[in-house]
Amino acid sequence: MSAVSTFPAFNISIQSGTMAVREALKKLMEGLTPLSLDVEEAGTVELVMAEALNNIVEHAYPEGDPEGPINITCSHARDGLHMTVIDAGRAMPDGRTPLGTPVETDVALNDMPEGGFGWFLIKDLAKDVTYDRINSENHLSLRLAVAIS
Amino acid sequence: MDLRSRSEDNLQVVSVLDNRIDAAVAIEFKDAMRASTEGGSDTVVLDLSEVQFIDSSGLGAIVASMKHMGASRKLALAGLTPTVEKVFRLTRMDSVFSVFSTLDGALDALKT
Repeated sequence: MSAVSTFPAFNISIQSGTMAVREALKKLMEGLTPLSLDVEEAGTVELVMAEALNNIVEHAYPEGDPEGPINITCSHARDGLHMTVIDAGRAMPDGRTPLGTPVETDVALNDMPEGGFGWFLIKDLAKDVTYDRINSENHLSLRLAVAIS
Repeated sequence: MDLRSRSEDNLQVVSVLDNRIDAAVAIEFKDAMRASTEGGSDTVVLDLSEVQFIDSSGLGAIVASMKHMGASRKLALAGLTPTVEKVFRLTRMDSVFSVFSTLDGALDALKT
């Protein structure tokens, strides 16, 4: 077991907008290539980060607000991938992340939920999810238990 | 968002030709599905075998498509790739749709 990962931390900076999430995920997954994640692990990483970034594009920089920066830092340690996502948009309501409770699926067709899956997926798949509002920036940190040595 | 639709006996098969159904195309997907399934057969099989990635917005768009078809019609899903299958499984939406691992499996089970 190696004590320290030889995989260097990296940074992705993008501007919010409709295609920003795809662009960021493409760069992120390319950056993770040296870790040779299997399809299951890669899917987990891409899904969690897609949901985190979609939330920023939709809620931190909502339509009508100016676009702004999103910065992702990714580093690898023995317990997995550590991600920090920072944006300068609107704060989370109540200063915390939504609970991410599972949606109710045993309901009539017309009551079937079309949203509300995002935070559930993040909380279900990621560990150590923390949110801080620091100097008018949102700091979301989380760990993905993949590529564990 | 490119969809291809064809008829197989009593079924309509709608194949998604793009490899992502995500927030960037969720509304476009919903509109394309609405147009494609309008007035079609009672059972529609959505062939997802080309789709490598779906996020919660894409999932919501598939749910919206099912709701739009109405309770008298059925939307079945076929050919789920690993990440797509994971999203349906974790959100328990795999209990809401008939899910088939392959398109052939769906056709065998649903053709009358």
